[in-house]
Amino acid sequence: MIEAKNISKWFDGQRVLYDISATFETGKTNLIIGQSGSGKTVFMKCLIGLLTPEEGSILYDGRRFRSMSAQEKRKLRMEIGVLFQGSALFDNETVLGNVMFPLKMFSPLSHEEQLDRAQFCIHRVGLSNADNKFPSEISGGMQKRVAIARAIALNPKYLFCDEPNSGLDPKTSILIDELLSDITHEYQITTIINTHDMNSVLGIGEKIIFINKGHCDWVGNDKNIFRSKSQSLNDFVFASQLFREVKNFLEREYEAEEDM
Amino acid sequence: MFINSIASFGKYCIFIAQVFRAPDKWKEFFKRLVFEINKLGVDSIPLVIIISLFIGAVITIQMTINIVSPLIPSYSTGLATREILLLEFSSTMMCLILAGKVGSNIASEIGTMRVTEQIDALDIMGINSANFVVLPKIIGFVFFVPVLCILSMFVGLVGGWIIAEFTTMISVEDYVFGIQSFFNEWYVWYGIIKTVIFAYIIASVSAFYGYFVKGGALEVGQASTKAVVSSSILILFFDVILTKLLLQ
Repeated sequence: MIEAKNISKWFDGQRVLYDISATFETGKTNLIIGQSGSGKTVFMKCLIGLLTPEEGSILYDGRRFRSMSAQEKRKLRMEIGVLFQGSALFDNETVLGNVMFPLKMFSPLSHEEQLDRAQFCIHRVGLSNADNKFPSEISGGMQKRVAIARAIALNPKYLFCDEPNSGLDPKTSILIDELLSDITHEYQITTIINTHDMNSVLGIGEKIIFINKGHCDWVGNDKNIFRSKSQSLNDFVFASQLFREVKNFLEREYEAEEDM
Repeated sequence: MFINSIASFGKYCIFIAQVFRAPDKWKEFFKRLVFEINKLGVDSIPLVIIISLFIGAVITIQMTINIVSPLIPSYSTGLATREILLLEFSSTMMCLILAGKVGSNIASEIGTMRVTEQIDALDIMGINSANFVVLPKIIGFVFFVPVLCILSMFVGLVGGWIIAEFTTMISVEDYVFGIQSFFNEWYVWYGIIKTVIFAYIIASVSAFYGYFVKGGALEVGQASTKAVVSSSILILFFDVILTKLLLQ
């Protein structure tokens, strides 16, 4: 479990995060949603430790990140897997090389065992016959899968995904969402996904934190997001015609339920 | 401007302190070192050969044309060609050219790694990204650049010999006698010492600009340009200092 307590962050005197507190549960897909520029990526970078918040604290299973020694932080980082928005695969490494990379750097396993583990991870994310291809030779969806395989190679306790669906077609997006959800449940990982894709919100949003203009405006899940009274959340969720129609349909359903 | 320069220098020192640490995995370091020696050093050999050959030839032609006094011995052309190559061309001029090739390569590669979050990915894994990415480049280039310097000296002299052999401007005997006359071995060491220091400047300054890129493709291009310009200015500045220190 990851707890963020009263996180505030400034850039050049401008405040971008306002006293955000949130809890991210183990074995669940925790989603941070919000409009572009709302501060969700900054919040996630604070959680990972790429940015240092000016105020507040972050606890990884009770371990306060800021109080950790360099050695403890290094150890913690081996428990973290990150899927970056652009995949962040190493250009000069093949698919297998990318997945092997964290194993080569940190794993005590022999070369053969590392190879087995890497191939298991590649297979787990549904890739085949791509071991010797370079990132530039595979599609965006495949790159995401490789990045997921690399992120889970060291059996992480925490998995962070920054907009895993960006640049992908709806069908591939759903496949990536399902993969992340399956991995989370299978390995009991604390997964935090940063997204503004409503399909992800409804598909895998076991816990949802809505950030608006640097504030945490709403916390809930995919079941109660349509019943929220938060105006800013409703403006975000029902921005598209499709979801406005879904809302109208659901409201009629709810009314019918109440009448019965 | 002055404050910015001081701040940049401080940032550079912190960056270098981060770079010069023991690698996380020596095996990976040596693998990357060999890769960088090949990419930054061995791949520069054709450029060094072409430029040195032609410049050696041109220096010989110019010396022959300009030294026409009966009071000056005919072997002076070879001697002057050798001294120019050893003292200035094969070290300073060659490094200025390499600053363009290698410096822009390093800055753009690391800059691209930064903007595509590859460096963030290394940091997240708990790897010292500056050390992992930059150290093999600096060590590899510094290690290989004396080879390029000596190669440049040799090929430059061959360029002059070609002029002597295939034209009537100067006889081969005079040219060969000239390049052997009054030889001072220290000039070769002077050239190598300068080249090593310039190689460090090229690799570290370019890596610094690449590592701290913020933005996208445009900024990577700007960082690459800044890396080449700054490296070139620093090379010229240190050329004066080293010449004063090493030749007096």
